[in-house]
Amino acid sequence: MSKSLTLKLAVNGASHELTVEPRVTLLDALREHLGFTGSKKGCDQGQCGACTVHVDGERVLACLTLAAQVEGRAVTTIEGLTPEGADLHPVQAAFLAQDAFQCGYCTPGQIMSAVACIKEGHAGSDAEIREYMSGNLCRCGAYPHIVAAVREAKEVMS
Amino acid sequence: MRDFDYARPASLAEARRFAAEPGAMLLAGGTTLLDLAKCGVAAPVKVIDITHLEGLDAITFGAAGVHIGALAKMSHVAADAAIRENFPAVSEALWQAASAQLRNMATIGGNLLQRTRCAYFRDPLAFPACNKRDPGSGCAALGGITRNHAVLGTSKVCIATNPGDLAVVLSAFDAVVHLGERRIATDDFFLLPGMTPEREHALEPGEVITAVTIPASAAARRSTYLKVRDRQSYEFAAASAAVGMELEPDGKTIRDLRVALGGVATKPWRARDVEKALIGKPLEPEAVREASLLAMTGAAAQGDNHYKIDLAPRVVTRAIMKVGGLA
Repeated sequence: MSKSLTLKLAVNGASHELTVEPRVTLLDALREHLGFTGSKKGCDQGQCGACTVHVDGERVLACLTLAAQVEGRAVTTIEGLTPEGADLHPVQAAFLAQDAFQCGYCTPGQIMSAVACIKEGHAGSDAEIREYMSGNLCRCGAYPHIVAAVREAKEVMS
Repeated sequence: MRDFDYARPASLAEARRFAAEPGAMLLAGGTTLLDLAKCGVAAPVKVIDITHLEGLDAITFGAAGVHIGALAKMSHVAADAAIRENFPAVSEALWQAASAQLRNMATIGGNLLQRTRCAYFRDPLAFPACNKRDPGSGCAALGGITRNHAVLGTSKVCIATNPGDLAVVLSAFDAVVHLGERRIATDDFFLLPGMTPEREHALEPGEVITAVTIPASAAARRSTYLKVRDRQSYEFAAASAAVGMELEPDGKTIRDLRVALGGVATKPWRARDVEKALIGKPLEPEAVREASLLAMTGAAAQGDNHYKIDLAPRVVTRAIMKVGGLA
C-alpha cells in the first residue's frame, strides 16, 4: 500500500478527504470515491468532453487530470453549478427550453463547457459557439439545439 | 493504466533530480502523458507533477521578443493581447489546436513534447511492431493505412507525423527552447527519426523545458497560421503552414519571408527553399505558387498520403497570399 495518496480536494465548495492510488483520475475520484456522478465517462481519453468540469473556474477534462493534481484548486462539477435548492443555472434552463439533448449522456459536460464558453466571451455568434464547443461531442447529433441553447443562455446572462 | 509513484517537487532543482531517475516522466497538463498511459504506450514508474511549481507560467515581453514560461497554458498564450499583436501566428496556431478544455490544461512546454498520432504507435495491443515505441520491432505503418503519415523527413524505419501546430510557428520564427541554462533552436530541438525514431527531441534525462523565447520581427508581426484538416475544428492538420512576411517600403518587394509546414513531416518543417526563392522578389501570385512547390522537395508518398504532396504547396501559397494581402 505504499502507492496510496491521501488527498484533500475542494469540490463544489466543500473539502473532501480521500485515499487513492496515484493513477486515479479526477473523474474516477469524483464518480467512484465522492459520489459526484454528474460528470460522465464517455471516451476516457480526452476526446468527447463528457467529463468536463471547472478547475479554478476554467473548463478542463477530468479524465485526463489526476486527482492529485487538483489538490489546492477549486473543482466545480455540474452538481455544484448552483447552490442546493436554487433555481436552475441559465444554461441549464436554456438546454431545457431548447430541447438541447436526446439521450442526455453528454449534457452535463455540454453544460459545464457552455457556462465557461459564455464566460470566456466565446459565444458571440453561432460559428464561434460551434468552434469553442467543439470539444464536446454529442452522438445523438443535437448540435443545432445545443448551439441555440448556448445562444439563448448567453443573452440571458449578459 | 499501470500504477505509478507520484511526486510533487518543491523546486525546479528537485524536479530535475526526480526526472533523471529511470522511468520517471514529467507531468504538466497531462493531456499526452495520461492519454498514452491509458493506451498502454506510456508506463511511467514515477510521475513528477510540476504543475504546482511557481513562476514558470509568465508571458514576458522585452525589446528582443517574448519569453513564454513552460507552464503557461495554451489558452492563456493564445488570448494574450501582446502575443496576438506581435505574433498572430502563435495565437492562431494555439486556438486552432485541440479543444477549449485541452487548451486550458496543456502547457507550452508539454505541447512541444506531444507524441505522434500514428494509429499504429497508439495501439500496442493490436500492433506490436513500432520502432518508435519499441526500437527494432518494425513498423506497422509501412504498407498500412498511411493517410495521416508524413511525406517529408521520413526514414525506412518510421514515417510518423509530428502533430504539432505551435511548434511549426516556433520553427518559422527561430524560437529558442530553454532547458534552464541550456538553449536550443527549435529546429535542433526536434530530431529526424533516422534509425532512432524513439528519440524525438534533444531533451536529456533530468532536463526540464523552462521556457520558449521567440525573437521579435516584422515578419512575426505580419504572420498567420493556416491549418487545413478533415474536420473544421478539433482535428490535427492534414497540412498546415506558418507564414510571416515583411515587405520593402515599396509595398510589394518581399524583404523577409518565413515558411514552415505542419501535418506533413516527421518534425516541424522549415521550408527555407520557399523563403529563398521569394525574398527580394515582388509579391506576385504566380511566383508564389511556383515557389511553394519547393516546400515538397524530397517528399515521398507512402501510399494513402500522396494527397499531402499536392495539398501542402497550396496551403503554403494561400498562407503567403493571405499575409501579403492578396487573398
